[in-house]
Amino acid sequence: MKTLKDVKVGDTATVVKLHGEGPVRRRIMDMGITKRVEIKVRKVAPLGDPMELTVRGYQLTLRKADAEMIEVE
Amino acid sequence: MSIKIALAGNPNCGKTSLFNVLTGSNQYVGNWPGVTVEKKEGGLKGYEDVIIQDLPGIYSLSPYSPEEVVTRTYLVNQHPDAILNIIDGTNIERNLYLTTQLLDLGYPVVIAVNMMDLVRKNGDNIDIEKLSKAMGCPVVEISALKNEGIDAAVEKVVELAKNHTHGDAPHVFKGSVEHALAHIEESIENSVDKTYLRWYAIKLFERDEIVQQEVNLPADVMAHVEQHIRDCEAEMDDDAESIVADSRYSYISDVCSRAVKKSGEKHRVTLSGKIDKIVTNRVLALPIFAGVMFLMYAIAMGGYSFSIGTMGTDWANDVLFGQWVPTLFDSILTSLGVSGWLYGLVMDGIVAGVGAVLGFVPQILVLSFLLSILEDVGYMSRVAFIMDRILRKFGLSGKSIIPMLVATGCGVPGILASRTIEQENDRKITVMTTGFIPCGAKMPIIGLFAGAVFGNSPLVATSAFFIGVMAVVISGVILKKFKAFAGKPAPFVMELPEYHLPSARNVLRSTYDRGMDFVKRATTIVLLSSIVLWFLQGYGFVDGAFMAVEDPNVSLLAAIGKAIAWIFYPLGWAGEMAWKATIATFTGLIAKEQVVSTFGTLYNFAGELSEAGDEIWAMVAADFGPVRAYSFMIFQLLCAPCFAAMGAIRREMGNMKWTVGTIAYMCGFAYVISMIVYQLAGLMLGEATLSVFTFIAVAALIALIYLVCRKGYSPEDKK
Repeated sequence: MKTLKDVKVGDTATVVKLHGEGPVRRRIMDMGITKRVEIKVRKVAPLGDPMELTVRGYQLTLRKADAEMIEVE
Repeated sequence: MSIKIALAGNPNCGKTSLFNVLTGSNQYVGNWPGVTVEKKEGGLKGYEDVIIQDLPGIYSLSPYSPEEVVTRTYLVNQHPDAILNIIDGTNIERNLYLTTQLLDLGYPVVIAVNMMDLVRKNGDNIDIEKLSKAMGCPVVEISALKNEGIDAAVEKVVELAKNHTHGDAPHVFKGSVEHALAHIEESIENSVDKTYLRWYAIKLFERDEIVQQEVNLPADVMAHVEQHIRDCEAEMDDDAESIVADSRYSYISDVCSRAVKKSGEKHRVTLSGKIDKIVTNRVLALPIFAGVMFLMYAIAMGGYSFSIGTMGTDWANDVLFGQWVPTLFDSILTSLGVSGWLYGLVMDGIVAGVGAVLGFVPQILVLSFLLSILEDVGYMSRVAFIMDRILRKFGLSGKSIIPMLVATGCGVPGILASRTIEQENDRKITVMTTGFIPCGAKMPIIGLFAGAVFGNSPLVATSAFFIGVMAVVISGVILKKFKAFAGKPAPFVMELPEYHLPSARNVLRSTYDRGMDFVKRATTIVLLSSIVLWFLQGYGFVDGAFMAVEDPNVSLLAAIGKAIAWIFYPLGWAGEMAWKATIATFTGLIAKEQVVSTFGTLYNFAGELSEAGDEIWAMVAADFGPVRAYSFMIFQLLCAPCFAAMGAIRREMGNMKWTVGTIAYMCGFAYVISMIVYQLAGLMLGEATLSVFTFIAVAALIALIYLVCRKGYSPEDKK
């Protein structure tokens, strides 16, 4: 399974499914990461985590541990 | 009866700016009951009897964050007459997500598309007509910053509120989802308030635990509802929460594709993107952050020619509260011919005590001003982005670094700066640990002992700072493992908002609020404690008679100090120094620099004492061995902060239980660390002898290591 964590900086991926459960997952969906949405990985923070994304036209940051819940293609 | 209009929207959508424009100075700021979420309301300018209720900035009406829960509870229970929903026109898709949820509640809603000036500047176009039709409510274009279109928006929402008119809710849910919702509505019709039928149906469909408990359906109805959810989930091959979120976003995407025309390519690099190329750059981010922090610190508290905060405080201490105010009160009291004790109370108790604290106001104003600018511009989110990796290891959030750094100057604005941390647990831990950082007022204490006992070694100050930082780190690790903090995992899913120029109105407003808050505290809690301490210091029993005393050695405070000094015996406070050290600890609660001047008084030094107390070094050295001096110093650095900082803790914690808990934790931590240092280092260096306390210290050390290393509480062991 390919997750958002594996997407290289500068690449774009499409969301297939959100795994996990609870508040973090809900928050990720509320922020606009839902099925079929395109996500561009813009950069990774200077210390290697978290990552910065573009989704639905705005910038979002997410820890890599949480990005692992997002299955992409 | 007055009309209530609720102001709702995402964070960073310009809601604060709009609220300030709508209400002017006519605001009431407090906290929502039970949580430390700021509650603001105010009268609408130009209207009688219209109250604007500012709701917390939220992304969704989920049941998770305190802000979301507070907003939901307000909307369902307080029945506002209408909602003014502000959305950021430059980020319309995500902003409309909350709108679809607000519309579920069935209130009259007006959508105000903010930042239209930026939308036009970007060459984008929003078709207001189409948007209005698709969302089933009026849409108005505004720019809160440029004060455009606000009157029209206000007129519209007041009109709707008066007539209670609302359009048709948009058909967000389709096919089997709508089918399931309709069935749920039918089954719960008689169990809930009909006004919110749709809202309850959707929340039950999402299996929202708070709503499930609230409506408390009979088991058979509940099973029926659950069956509808299961059927729908099976058909859609997804879970209910996702189905709802997907439906909302699909509907919005569809609306936006018709109503919003964006110029240029899909992933165009905005100005913010360009700034971020430098500000959050792999190599440059940390140096830039260090530079910004240094500059902020230098301007507010440094000793440079541009350090306006320090200049203001020096002036306030030396001239305003050093000469003018005392002279003024002196002449008033003398001309009134008041008696000696009252003169003493006012001059030595109130003026000196409150003046010592109010002297910090200029530095606090400058710091708050700079912090507000950084917040308003959007830099704070970048700080969290850069620092998150390090700080979350210690149970803190990326944003905790700001309070910590500010606290090296003064703990009060440091603790107040924790307000920008969204997650409640992270904020609480930050508030609990920020006071450990050695602030400017603790420097004279370090100077006193470095000079008196350690031959002015620079290692003393360095180690003091190190101990402060370690106390934060260790506390963070320990506290995070307790159930109270581990209960809800705090997601770090954060928007990086577009940079924008700071608004003078917002920055000044926030600076003023923080400054006034400090002044209020100084004139209440500090005033009261100054009077009590003045009384205890100035009165005592001489030969069995109660009277005013000149010699502090016979004062009530000395008596108390002598009576309870034994508490500190395990820390090595023994002999003549014990009660003096105890009293200094108490006077340090007014302001930490009082510790040094208290020693001056207690060692009967007459005359002006220098800041680090050079004149009494010999006497202090005779009383304090190196290990004992160090144990005392650590205790002063880590124990309860001054009253002003306690007030700040009270404000940020929002209740007495957590405030007392924080202060008790700090004192306990200080006590344990001082004891370990004195007993163990003292034994090695021959200053302490082997006693029962040696074993207690070893046990405490083992307990501390255990608390740091143990696995800790986790609500659900997933992996």
